[in-house]
Amino acid sequence: MRDTSSVSNENQARSGPGFNRRDFLKGSSVAVAATAIATGAEDSIAQDKKAANVVAAKPAPVKLNINGKTQTVTVEPRVTLIDVLRNDLNLTGAKEVCTTTNCGSCTVIIDGKPVYSCARTAVECQGKKITTVEGLGDGKNVDEVVKCFVKHDATQCGFCTPGFVVATRAFLNTKPNASLDEMRKGLGGNICRCGTYDGVAHAALECAAGKKGGK
Amino acid sequence: MAERKFSWPARSETTLIGKDIPRIDGVAKASGQAKYTADINTKGTLFAVLLTCPYAAAKVKSIDLEPARKMPGVKSVFPFKKEKDEIRWEGDLVAAVAAERTEQAEDAVKAIVVEYEQLPFFVDEADVKRAAFADRTKGAGGAKKGDVEAALKTAAVVHRGHYGIATISHMCLEPHGSHCGWKDDDLEAHLSTQNVSGTPGQFAEPLGIDAANVTVVSDYEGGGFGSKFAVGEWGVACAKMAKEAGRPVRLMLDRATELKIAGTRPSGYADVTVAADADGTVVAWDSLHWGTAGIGGGGVAVGQMPYPFDFPNRSTAQIGISCNTGPNQAWRAPPHPQLCAMTQTALDDLAAKLNMDSYDFFKKNLQFTQFGKAEVYAAEMEIAAKAIDWKKKWHPRGEGEKGAVKRGLGMALHTWGGGAGACTCSVKVHPDGSVETFLGSQDIGTGTRTIIAITLAETFGLAVEDIKVNLGSSKYSRSDGSGGSITVGGVSGAHRRAAQTALWQIFDKVAEKHKIESADALVARGGKILNGKKEVCTWKQACSLLGVKPLEVQGEGPKKDGLTSERVGGVQMVDLSVDTETGLVRIHKFVAVQDCGLILDELTARSQVLGALIMGISYSLSEERIMDNKTGRYINADLENYKLPRIGDVGELVAIMYQPDSEYDKGVVGLGEPPVISPGAAISNAVANACGVRVPILPLTPKRVLDALKGGKA
Amino acid sequence: MNSFEYASPRSEQEAVELLSAHDGQTAVLAGGTDLFNLLRAGCIAPKRVVDIKNVETMQGVSAVSGGIMLGALTTLDEILVHPLLRDYGSLVQVADAVHSIQIQAMGTIGGDLCHLPNCWYYRNGYGLLGLEHGQSLVEEGRNEFHAVFGNRGPAKFVSASRFAPALIAWGATARIVGPEPEQVSVVPLEYFFVTPKSAEQGVTVLKPGQILTHVVLPEAREEIVSASYEVLQMEGLDWPLASAGVRLEIVDDVVREARVVLGHVAPTPWVSLDAAATLVGNVVDVQSAEAAGGAAVARATPLSENGYKVQIARTAVKRAILRAAGQLEGALT
Repeated sequence: MRDTSSVSNENQARSGPGFNRRDFLKGSSVAVAATAIATGAEDSIAQDKKAANVVAAKPAPVKLNINGKTQTVTVEPRVTLIDVLRNDLNLTGAKEVCTTTNCGSCTVIIDGKPVYSCARTAVECQGKKITTVEGLGDGKNVDEVVKCFVKHDATQCGFCTPGFVVATRAFLNTKPNASLDEMRKGLGGNICRCGTYDGVAHAALECAAGKKGGK
Repeated sequence: MAERKFSWPARSETTLIGKDIPRIDGVAKASGQAKYTADINTKGTLFAVLLTCPYAAAKVKSIDLEPARKMPGVKSVFPFKKEKDEIRWEGDLVAAVAAERTEQAEDAVKAIVVEYEQLPFFVDEADVKRAAFADRTKGAGGAKKGDVEAALKTAAVVHRGHYGIATISHMCLEPHGSHCGWKDDDLEAHLSTQNVSGTPGQFAEPLGIDAANVTVVSDYEGGGFGSKFAVGEWGVACAKMAKEAGRPVRLMLDRATELKIAGTRPSGYADVTVAADADGTVVAWDSLHWGTAGIGGGGVAVGQMPYPFDFPNRSTAQIGISCNTGPNQAWRAPPHPQLCAMTQTALDDLAAKLNMDSYDFFKKNLQFTQFGKAEVYAAEMEIAAKAIDWKKKWHPRGEGEKGAVKRGLGMALHTWGGGAGACTCSVKVHPDGSVETFLGSQDIGTGTRTIIAITLAETFGLAVEDIKVNLGSSKYSRSDGSGGSITVGGVSGAHRRAAQTALWQIFDKVAEKHKIESADALVARGGKILNGKKEVCTWKQACSLLGVKPLEVQGEGPKKDGLTSERVGGVQMVDLSVDTETGLVRIHKFVAVQDCGLILDELTARSQVLGALIMGISYSLSEERIMDNKTGRYINADLENYKLPRIGDVGELVAIMYQPDSEYDKGVVGLGEPPVISPGAAISNAVANACGVRVPILPLTPKRVLDALKGGKA
Repeated sequence: MNSFEYASPRSEQEAVELLSAHDGQTAVLAGGTDLFNLLRAGCIAPKRVVDIKNVETMQGVSAVSGGIMLGALTTLDEILVHPLLRDYGSLVQVADAVHSIQIQAMGTIGGDLCHLPNCWYYRNGYGLLGLEHGQSLVEEGRNEFHAVFGNRGPAKFVSASRFAPALIAWGATARIVGPEPEQVSVVPLEYFFVTPKSAEQGVTVLKPGQILTHVVLPEAREEIVSASYEVLQMEGLDWPLASAGVRLEIVDDVVREARVVLGHVAPTPWVSLDAAATLVGNVVDVQSAEAAGGAAVARATPLSENGYKVQIARTAVKRAILRAAGQLEGALT
């Protein structure tokens, strides 16, 4: 939509349903070679694969690789990863707090990336490598991030803390030398209610510096 | 033998007290091992989902639960409401379903058929005229002293202004709720509570069982802030469903319901008249208040206005507005944050009218502060001013930078009681030297476990790791709920008494065995018993003298023996920027100077102050309940629209613990709540200092800031 | 969340076919950052969710003749670091302003462009237009975050897309596949968005069975600069109160061509020809940027509670222009 009367409602209507490529190419000065970006090779196989790619709306076994272990749960496609972790597998480090992809309490690492597990179904996580807070550390020792969180008292009630720890770990894996400012930006996807941010910032900074200095 | 007296060690001789000690449950929390109520998942646990009412006022015309009972996986359906019941706020509980899986419970909730008759509602808590028109107002008391009228007539400067602070929700990250399981007639309830010892009876009575048959457990609690003292109707429902199903049930409120009905802090709005002599001495205060605490009206109790001052002439009056909104609960230091925000903003405006530096103005009027804290405030003001560089940075209101982004300074001060609560603990020293304690208290994130361990370890000359702290079960000896910042005094006093009593008994045995003339010459330090500087034996060897049974000592409190005390004060100063083209406020530096008597753990004490500053920034700049007058709904009851600050929103925070020897000698005083009182006024004053205009209502959102700058309504 | 089937196509055509089933009562799952919110709130109740994450052809950033092509599945963290996007400053700035490494890792450009409104009436069950008994709740309700332009019709929400202003300013086009598997259409991104007259119309031109597969950007040239400016209340994860994306062609210090697009101020991204016109022929400085900001909001029609957003939109435009010209830092103090 435009703010000048020179572009009438007619123009807007043209962009509504029914507006197709030919109209666009005729009327526009921006020439985009649609054919150059069209893909077509897979067309024929689509039909055959379709049925196999649909999972029915009922419970079915789902195989998940969590913290290096393969686990099978029987759940409907709508069941989220956070539900499976907490209620089916008793991995309760990740918390369900906001259920609106805002707070980060449910953060896990999937194939190396930090992810809100309330926004992933279990079924779509098959074949991926999932790491929860329970899977951090080397089995004997807790993760360095955990140690730094404790040292800097980056926890009060502690309910948000595992989410923060996982987010910090994922962040430092990508940016091992992150600055305080980068940390404050990157970790903005997590919420703490008690007010532990100062501790979190200092904990994360120490972890980053530790890596850099090879401490 | 000299008289044995309970006391804290001399300040110069402490090994743990007052140091930075990391909390002993830190690893459990940070590594996800700590189990909260919401995490309890015993075998066979059913998951409950709630049906809530979407209307602010309605009558239940009919309710049919049968379709839900027939749904797959459903094991119990519980009605909170029946036909003809009235609902008086949105989000009120209508029914609950417990099923094998959460999604099954959700499906079943959708199958419940409820017919409502919608009733008229009122939710506009800020508009006292509309409220009066709707017949929703009721006088809620007031107070008078001196002759305000006369003082106003002779005062050099009179200021009139409107101020307010919106309703907020406690918004605990772990919602209210429980996990209930039965073993025959015994109920074990994991409850997210700050009141372990006080809740078994709340289950027992409505369930028709003896409180002795109830065990309440709360190993970890994900935030309460004053809202988690009661079991709640949802707690009782959880126990009933577990009984019906013959299986454990977990029922936690969903996020929206948590925001709507599990606890709010009342709003407060006020028209204030305040006057001073030419030298800045306040001579009169007059304020008319309104606001709501929900359907009962009420609002912020204004008995302590103007806070925390006692001016020679003052008068206050309060109008409660009955709103169809969820119930209020105690929120950290009730209702001091609102009182502070409504008092010290008006005072700061008066200072500006007098062309006085706010610092000088507040200093002059310290003479009127209550509880004899004037000298402490003066000292704290000096420290805070130095830390924030007040004298160099302060400028007259609105006379800072010429550009769009303007910097400003603001301050406020506060006080709180924080006397020790009731606590009974049972300390056991085992013959092998290991030490544990049992008490029906709780660690709500303040570090209660840790300060107990510090108290015992300091007394016995051990390390904090040597102490096992067992709390969070109502089967342990009784402790008060954690509210009013009474826990630290309560548990530390009781444990110091128990530990000193135990130590004296052990010293007597050591003295006897090693033929030492006076047991009072002995000290326990570094895992050893010393006579002067000479090692007599190790702690373990000393404990082996106990025989085969552990030494068990009850500790009690509070007592008037000097271990604990009350009444803290604090001063806060903030340096921030206001972007006058966007209305955005950004904190640069926030300094809190806080006293709290003897500090057991500097690290967790500072954390309490820093956390309070952050929560203060939150209610000052972004978080508020937004009621929709059209639908009667709490329209922003989600974490996208209920805006909480994140790690990048808080600026540089500085917590300075004010602890001269006079404070150490006072003994332990509570700290958790007081530093959350001042931020509203301090931040609002800094915003006014920066942009030259008072933004009257907290939180200071971009809308309110820009509207105020425009001279329009805010 | 209602019960649904899950499908995971490997190609665009397969995706389209899977989406066409159940009379189009299907939903696309990409990054998932909003779909589950809509499902949980009951705003949508699809019979099938089609997870397009595994469609290879819709991934990543590549150079094509005359420009750059972004697969709809390109994530925000890819946009942040991709060498081909280095000259598209306005895009990178938007990705950078999403202060959550989780959303950056999960969120896709396609998901952003198709994001349904965050309007709280919509999210609380009153439909896309926020109606109760056929009456607008927005009109006299809590409309502080609602539209200040294009709000005379029944739609008063604001477009949620954060990338659209920058992309439209760049003259991006959208490639759409479906509803027939072979059917490909290309629209200027500006016309991808619609202001619905009814809740069923949706917020884009996409019909059931159609998906947005790619966004194509024209070539970046040396004389072109771009920038975004989002006014965010919170430093942490938050939605802009208003934003602007600008693209300027500057030759010998003089603006030869300008595109100014506002975000979060209208039911669609809002192209301001007036703001652009004030810039053309002028040197970029505080005065000309301010004039453009003023021109951009001159015809705003704020609702009862959102007058302040006009000021914020004005600022966003002004600052985006200054930022594009590298003059923002000095202009604030």
